[in-house]
Amino acid sequence: MQKLLEVDHLTKIFTLGSMISRVRITAVDNVSFDIKPAEIFALAGESGCGKTTTARIILGFDEPTAGTIVHKGKRDRAGRNKKVWFTEGIQAIFQDPFGTFNPLRTADCYFFETIRYYKLADNKETAIKLINQKLRAVGLSFEEFSGRYPSEFSGGQLQRISIARALLTDPILMIADEPVSMVDASLRMSIVNLFKKLREEYGVSVLYITHDLATAYYISDRIAIMFRGNIVEMGRVEEVLMDPKHPYTRLLRESIPDVNPDMRWREMVTLTDIEHEEYLRKGCKFAGRCPKVMEICKNVVPENICVGDVLVKCHLYSSDSQGTS
Amino acid sequence: MDKPVLRTEQLKAYYVLDVHGDQKVVKAVNEVNLEIHPNEVYGIAGESGCGKSTLLKALYGAVEPPLRLMGGRIFYLIKDKELDISSISAEGKRKLRWEHISYVPQGSMSVLNPVLKLKETFSDFISSHESGKTRAEAFELAKGRLIELGLPIKILDAFPHQLSGGMKQRVTIALAALLKPRVIICDEPTTALDVVVQRGVVQLLKDIQKRLENSIILVTHDMGIQANVADRIAIMYAGKIVEEAPTENIFGSPQHPYTRYLINSLPRFGDKAPRESAPGNPPLLSNLPDGCPFHPRCPYLMEICKQQMPDTLALDDKHKVACWLVAEMEDAKTP
Repeated sequence: MQKLLEVDHLTKIFTLGSMISRVRITAVDNVSFDIKPAEIFALAGESGCGKTTTARIILGFDEPTAGTIVHKGKRDRAGRNKKVWFTEGIQAIFQDPFGTFNPLRTADCYFFETIRYYKLADNKETAIKLINQKLRAVGLSFEEFSGRYPSEFSGGQLQRISIARALLTDPILMIADEPVSMVDASLRMSIVNLFKKLREEYGVSVLYITHDLATAYYISDRIAIMFRGNIVEMGRVEEVLMDPKHPYTRLLRESIPDVNPDMRWREMVTLTDIEHEEYLRKGCKFAGRCPKVMEICKNVVPENICVGDVLVKCHLYSSDSQGTS
Repeated sequence: MDKPVLRTEQLKAYYVLDVHGDQKVVKAVNEVNLEIHPNEVYGIAGESGCGKSTLLKALYGAVEPPLRLMGGRIFYLIKDKELDISSISAEGKRKLRWEHISYVPQGSMSVLNPVLKLKETFSDFISSHESGKTRAEAFELAKGRLIELGLPIKILDAFPHQLSGGMKQRVTIALAALLKPRVIICDEPTTALDVVVQRGVVQLLKDIQKRLENSIILVTHDMGIQANVADRIAIMYAGKIVEEAPTENIFGSPQHPYTRYLINSLPRFGDKAPRESAPGNPPLLSNLPDGCPFHPRCPYLMEICKQQMPDTLALDDKHKVACWLVAEMEDAKTP
């Protein structure tokens, strides 16, 4: 099948500190994945693992240090003409619905602005018709929405409005960065279901960035688990989450509190004290916390290995260490 | 049964706001009755804006305008005697804090002073409650507690910005537990933390509770955390506790339609069946509907729900629920 978006060996390095004590942090390290049409692809991991940086690069907010993004077969060269894909149907939905909207402007301003910018309608009537159509897709109507300020809506409603605005341009890919983490528990599933519905009815692909593996399991087709800038495991969501291969995925999976009170955590976890240390690790970044750490892990960065359909970045599965493990 | 360490009677806490000359009343806590027993984790769950945090402020005695206590009473159990907190002076309340009851507010990671090393914060804190201790003694005490709780001692020499979010959160919880209070109130201690870190924080909370055999009031909307930690759970909706039961019952046999939505909408691994959220939106606390506040969203709406708030009904000695539907079914059972 044709790929909608291909992220190819993307790397982003941030430098911290002054001239004298400079620390280079590789926020995104050689990340490659692709998104197919009408697919929900989840990018999951803890904060600081580089998932948002990846999204920002795809959206053109940041320049990658190396690597390319191929959109519908059009290759973008690093650092040049960065926005070739920008107007071609990629829209973003952000984490904080209250931060997305300016509190001093009415919510419909954003819709008219988008319509003007993308020249989607000639006059106000067609514009309103278009807005109404998109609002209905997310379960709102123009009457209950026009002329009201963001403070008059709940977080869930604002997130729906964000999605409706993104829908105006008929996008083929939506990049949703933690879209439900600030929405109330009782409304969360309605937003998640909305992505499912948009995919089924409009064939929109979604890059779903989250730390919530439970909703990721619920809606996505494929998932990539990121850890400290690397994708450590990638594959179909059922395989990755029900039978995790990488020790980090396993830890992550076990750390999701089960909604069953009979299955409480018993084992203890170890945490890092200071985060920078893990980025600067030479070999596998997870070696400091891994329960199955081997000598090779501390010095050599593991390769991407195919285990069945799943891609795993771990020495446990490499051919030369199989005999010893 | 032991006397409850903390008890409220018909507690009402409203925000009274003056908006361009009009008085606006936000009924954040509305006739709440609860009892916290010794040696238990009491979970309070509900969506944002349902009055959870306001309830905690009232319980902690930190009521400041525009928040006002409009009625009801709060009792602390101190030396086996129930004490109404409205009878305690401000200085008395200050003394009780951290020694009897301590509070870890939401976003408490940012309470640590950014320009002081953590050991300074710890010793400040100790000297404000246990006067007569030298800095060295205070430092020893802090060190001892950190070792007990399994936190690295080297953090005492660190500045807050050098620690990760999870470590900061654990340090504030360790601070709250430093003087061995009987009640610790935690407001969303795991929100904004990663799952693995979240697990570490929960582990610490459980550990403290076991060690001190005290009571923890845990407020979080994350039902997974509640299932993991709480012994009893109260479900709050629009300023009221609509259901209260042991954790197994809340998850196993939820009675209130809102609780049922909350439990059934949780995504579970290995099950991709579609899940539905409750329809509609939570009501504004400044403009509550008549009768049961959940009635505009309730699929089992009856005529009486629109007119009258249901009483809290005890299904057995532990499971309480406020719903007309449940009341009717119970009536039908008893001839």
